[in-house]
Amino acid sequence: MLEVQGLQKSFGGVRAVRDVSLRVAGGELLALIGPNGAGKSTCFNMLNGQLRPDAGTVRLDGRDITGLPPRVIWRLGVGRTFQITATFGSLSVLENVQMALLSHARRLFGLWRPVAAEDPAPALALLDRVGMAAQAARPCGVLAYGDLKRVELAIALANAPRLLLMDEPTAGMAPAERVALMALTATIARQSGIAVLFTEHDMDVVFTHADRLLVLDRGAMLAEGRPDEVRADPRVREVYLGSSH
Amino acid sequence: MSHLLVQGLSGLASAASLFLVAAGLTVIFGVTRIVNFAHGSLYMLGAYLAYSLVTWLPRGHFPFWGGVVLAALLTGVIGVVVEVLVLRRIYKAPELFQLLATFGVVLVVQDLALAVWGPQDLLGPRAPGLRGAVDVLGERFPLYDLVLIGIGGVVLLLLWLLFQRTRFGVLVRAATADREMVGALGVNQRWLFTGVFFLGSALAGLGGALQVPRESVNLNMDLAIISEAFVVVVVGGLGSLPGAALAALLIGQLQAFGILVFPRITLVLVFLVMAVVLVVRPYGLLGKRPGGHAASVTLPEPPLAGLTGRGRAVVALALVLCVVLPPFLGDYALVVLSELAIAVLFAASLHFIMGPGGMASFGHAAYFGAGAYAAALLVKHAAAPMEVGLLAAPFAAGLVGLLFGFFCVRLSGVYSAMLTLAFAQIAWSTAFQWVEVTGGDNGILGVWPSAWAVPKLAYAYLSLALCLGGTWLLRRVIFAPMGYALRAQRDSALRAEAIGIDAFKVRWLAFALAAAFAGLAGALFAFGKGSVFPTTMAIPRSVDALLMVLLGGVQTLIGPVIGALAYTGLHEQLVRVTELWRAALGAIIIALVLFFPRGLAGFRRA
Repeated sequence: MLEVQGLQKSFGGVRAVRDVSLRVAGGELLALIGPNGAGKSTCFNMLNGQLRPDAGTVRLDGRDITGLPPRVIWRLGVGRTFQITATFGSLSVLENVQMALLSHARRLFGLWRPVAAEDPAPALALLDRVGMAAQAARPCGVLAYGDLKRVELAIALANAPRLLLMDEPTAGMAPAERVALMALTATIARQSGIAVLFTEHDMDVVFTHADRLLVLDRGAMLAEGRPDEVRADPRVREVYLGSSH
Repeated sequence: MSHLLVQGLSGLASAASLFLVAAGLTVIFGVTRIVNFAHGSLYMLGAYLAYSLVTWLPRGHFPFWGGVVLAALLTGVIGVVVEVLVLRRIYKAPELFQLLATFGVVLVVQDLALAVWGPQDLLGPRAPGLRGAVDVLGERFPLYDLVLIGIGGVVLLLLWLLFQRTRFGVLVRAATADREMVGALGVNQRWLFTGVFFLGSALAGLGGALQVPRESVNLNMDLAIISEAFVVVVVGGLGSLPGAALAALLIGQLQAFGILVFPRITLVLVFLVMAVVLVVRPYGLLGKRPGGHAASVTLPEPPLAGLTGRGRAVVALALVLCVVLPPFLGDYALVVLSELAIAVLFAASLHFIMGPGGMASFGHAAYFGAGAYAAALLVKHAAAPMEVGLLAAPFAAGLVGLLFGFFCVRLSGVYSAMLTLAFAQIAWSTAFQWVEVTGGDNGILGVWPSAWAVPKLAYAYLSLALCLGGTWLLRRVIFAPMGYALRAQRDSALRAEAIGIDAFKVRWLAFALAAAFAGLAGALFAFGKGSVFPTTMAIPRSVDALLMVLLGGVQTLIGPVIGALAYTGLHEQLVRVTELWRAALGAIIIALVLFFPRGLAGFRRA
C-alpha cells in the first residue's frame, strides 16, 4: 500500500531525517516511535505532503506521490488526523464530516443548493462508526477533546481512504479513552483493509495495537519488527525504553 | 545632467519629509502592533501648531526653529493623550477594530482642526535666512529643501543612536521582535507603549511642522500623507526603521523621476510599487515575518444560525414595508431609501469575505467604484442603456476582483488589508488621472437611468429589488457548499487542506464574488446620482463599508444589514443636525470599538 524509500530531510545543518524506508500493507497498523526529536513528525509531514523531502520517494499503491500538496494526496486516498486536533469550530460535527464528503464529491464550489439539504445519512453513518452520531448537531468548537479526536477519525474516513496517517492519535486523552480510540481504529482498519501509520508516545497503546513498529533515533532507523521483537532489541532498550521507562 | 541632479535632490527632500512621518508610524507599529490611521492627523496637527506658533512668535532664527520643535513636542503630547484615552484599551482587540478606532480619531481631529483653524488654506512664513535658492550646476534649488535633507539625515542618525545606545531603544527593539517576551521580562509595557507613542507622534508633528515653509497648511494633509506613509512603511517592512528610511528614499526618487518618465501615472506608480513589493516580499523589503505569538487572541467563531421564528417575522415585515411603503414617501425619502438599499448590498458584499471568509479588505470601494465606472463608461462612450450598465457592472467589478484578489487573498491580517488598500488606491488614481476616459476629478456626468426608472419611486423599487435580491443571493451562497468551504478554511487552514479544500481558490472566488456584488451596488449608486466621481473608490468609502460591517457585527448574517441601516441613518442624521458631524461620527466609532467590540447585532445576541 504505502512504500517509502530513502527519505531524507535537513533543516539548516540539522539532519532531521536520514534514510528512512518503510512499507505498510492494507489492514496493517504500523507505529512510528522514538524519543523526542527522533524525526517522527518530520517523517510524517513528508508523507502527507506538508514538507518536501530532500531525497527519497513516497509511493502509494505504486504511484509516486513525493512532494505533492496535502490536498492532492488526500484525493488519492490518504486520510489524516493531527496531533493537535484540527476541525472546523464553527461547523457542527455533522457538517464537518459533510465538508469532507462534499470535497470528495468535488462539489465544494456549489453556490445554490444549501448544505442543509444534503442527505445526512452518509455522514451520520461515518459518525456512527466512531460513536459520535449522538453529538452530530453540536458545533465542533464546544466538544471535549476526546470527542474531537473521534470526529477527526470520521472526517479522515470520509473519502474511503486506503491509508490513514495519524499523528499522535491519543495525545491529550485520558488513558481509558486512548485504548478505546485505538481499538476502534484497529477494528476499522482491519474491516476495511485500510493501512494505518501512526506515531505514538504511549507504549501501552503501541504494544497493544500495532502490528509492527519502526523505531527512529536521531533521524535514522534503529529497529523494525513485531512488537515482541522490538521490545527484545537491546539497542531499542538502550536509547529508548531504557532512558524513558 | 544638472537637471537630473536637481530632480534627485528634490526626491531626497521629499524622502526626508516622508521618512520623518513613516519612522514614527513604523516604530509605533513595531511595538504596539497598531496600524495608526491617525498618524496623518498628527502630522497635520504638527503643521497647524507650527503655523500658529511661528506666526505668533517674533521673527528670527530662534523663534522659528523653537516654534517647529515646540509644535513637534506638543504633537507628541497629543499622541500620548490619544494613546491613553483610546488605544491603550484596545491593544488586544482585532486589528481591524484598532484601525477603525484610529480612523475615528482622524475624523475627530479633522473637525477639531476645522473649528480651530478654519477651512481656508494657511500660508506660513518662510524659514528665516532660507528663503533663497542655491546654485546646483547652474540650476536653482531651494535652500530650505537642502536643509530638510540634512534634517532627515540627522533625525535618522539620532534615532539610530537612540535605538542602539539607550535602554529605551533596546526595549523598543526587543518589543518589536517579541512583545510578550518583553512583558515577561518585567518591563512596564504601559510606559514603553506611551513613550513610543510620544516619540512617534512627535516625529509626525516634526514632519508636519517642517512642511509649513514649503506648502500651505490645509485640512486634506492628513489623508494625503497617511496613504503615502503607509506605502513607505509597508514597502520598508512594518516595524523596520531602516526599512522606512530605504523605502522613503525609494518612493521619494520614484516620485521625483516618475514625473519625468511617466507624468500621467505618478499616483498609480507609487501604489504599483507597493503592490509589487508586497507580492514579491509580503513583509516588505526589510521586514520580518511577525515573530512571537499572534497579537490578538481569536475565539472560535460561533456557528451561523438561520433565522428563528421571530427573526423571520421581522424580516418578513421589513420586506412587506419595502413593498407597501414607498408610494407614500416623498422624493427625498425615496432617495434615502435607495441609498439605504445600496448600502445594505455594499456592506453585505464586504461581510461575505470578512465574516465567513475571515479576510480583511481595506479597499472594498475599489469594486463599488469599478461597477459605477463600468456602468458610467458604457453609458457615456457606448451610449448603452441603464439595463446594460447594470448587467455589465457586476461582471466588470468581478473581473477587477479576480485580478486584485489573486494577489490579496494570499496574505492575511494587516498585510492583506494594506494590499487591498494599495489596490484600491491604484483604482482611485486611475480614475483620477486617466482624464480622457474617466474625466478625472470632474467625473462622468449624465449617467441617468432609463426613462421608466427616472421617477424616484421606480428607482427606489429597482434599487430595493436588486440590492435585497443580491443580499439574499449572497446569503444563499453562505449556506451553500461554497460558503461552508469559506468558513472551513477560515476555521482551520490545516484541516481544510487535509480534506482537499484549495483555500486559495475558495478565497479567490469569494473575493471576486464579493467584488461583483459591490459592483452592482456601485452601478445603482451611479445611476441614482446621475454621475460618477473618483470619490466612489476613495478611502472614506472603503471605511464606510468597514464601519457598516463592524457596526453590525461580523459574526452574524443580519449584522451587515443592521450595520448598513444604522450607519447610513446615523450619517444622514448627523449631517443634518450638526456642523461637526465628522467629530460626532468619529466619537461614536471610538465609543463603539471601546464598548461594543462585537457590533450591534453581536451585542443583541449576547
